[in-house]
Amino acid sequence: MCGGKEGGVSLEGIDLATQAVIQGVVRRDGEPVAGAYVRLLDRSGEFTAEVPTSATGQFRFFAGPGPWTLRTLAPRATPVDRAVVGQTGQVAEVEVHLTA
Amino acid sequence: MSREQVLVSPDWVEQHLDDPKVVLVEVDEDTTAYDKNHIRGAVRLDWKKDLQDPVRRDFVSKEQFEALLSERGVGNDDTVVLYGGNNNWFAAYAYWYFKLYGHDDVRLLDGGRKKWELDSRDLVPDLPERQPTTYTAGNQDTSIRAFRDEVVASIGAKNLVDVRSPDEYAGRLLAPAHLPQESAQRAGHIPTASNIPWSKAANDDGTFRSDDELRTLYGDAGVDRDRDTIAYCRIGERSAHTWFVLHELLGQPNVKNYDGSWTEYGSLVRVPVVTGDEPGSA
Repeated sequence: MCGGKEGGVSLEGIDLATQAVIQGVVRRDGEPVAGAYVRLLDRSGEFTAEVPTSATGQFRFFAGPGPWTLRTLAPRATPVDRAVVGQTGQVAEVEVHLTA
Repeated sequence: MSREQVLVSPDWVEQHLDDPKVVLVEVDEDTTAYDKNHIRGAVRLDWKKDLQDPVRRDFVSKEQFEALLSERGVGNDDTVVLYGGNNNWFAAYAYWYFKLYGHDDVRLLDGGRKKWELDSRDLVPDLPERQPTTYTAGNQDTSIRAFRDEVVASIGAKNLVDVRSPDEYAGRLLAPAHLPQESAQRAGHIPTASNIPWSKAANDDGTFRSDDELRTLYGDAGVDRDRDTIAYCRIGERSAHTWFVLHELLGQPNVKNYDGSWTEYGSLVRVPVVTGDEPGSA
């Protein structure tokens, strides 16, 4: 499958030792934002994947090792870019804060 | 073919919400999105349950497609407007599928569900009631569908366009990055294929770039309009998005979507595979 499930795919049953997970939560005024769009851009800025955030504002990607950028879009908010580094066998946690 | 005949704006959709001859159809990879809410009046197509044969890897037959659209209340003379999540990946796939079976008037909602949501437009949970129809499909138009033998024969001879992300093309990722990287097939790309990620054809909000920008994008990347073109990705939905751009928006003749895509090609025995960022030679 090639599509984005809200919040990303569950980690259940996945061998995390082989994955470079990048995940986190999108907030506005401290509250989680559901239905924001988080896109993962590679080191050249090219789109790699995108998921809508879950009801609890969460997102998850299975990236590769190296530098990535998370770009978050949401209604009535300025897009936010956050740099993050993926590492195989590690889960990188990112908090994204939206402002109007 | 002009942009107006194949692509509609969110405003256009709002103006046609009560038009009985316009059928909105939501197609998402995450089929639960529709259950939560959708554009008022929209029916759902499930790309997997409704559009794939349940046993072998192929599409449903002409008769099954007829039964499906009849049951959903789609008539042959209706204007079908497709939209979905993931920047219309699966909606574009369904668009190509409707064309494969010869539906006359199909359009995409520019920007799909994402643009609609980012605009804070209305979505409702209510299920629409549509009267069943008697839908008649054409025979599959294989002039827009490529199969593996043709793809192998096209190496070095036709434009092959790999629309996956650069990391998938190079073999650094096996799947899009919102999915676990655990596929069994080989990583890399078909020799001589150019890498023009589908996403270059779209703005961040999922709408398509202008015709001029698109012509420049594919021209600069070496897609020769005078040669036949085959687009592929992993399972054929992102490449349907690129097929839509080349064939429907830019009016390029002889463009096919290879729906077997990398999940088929990357599992074939003794076919050439290239890894890394360069296209490689035939």
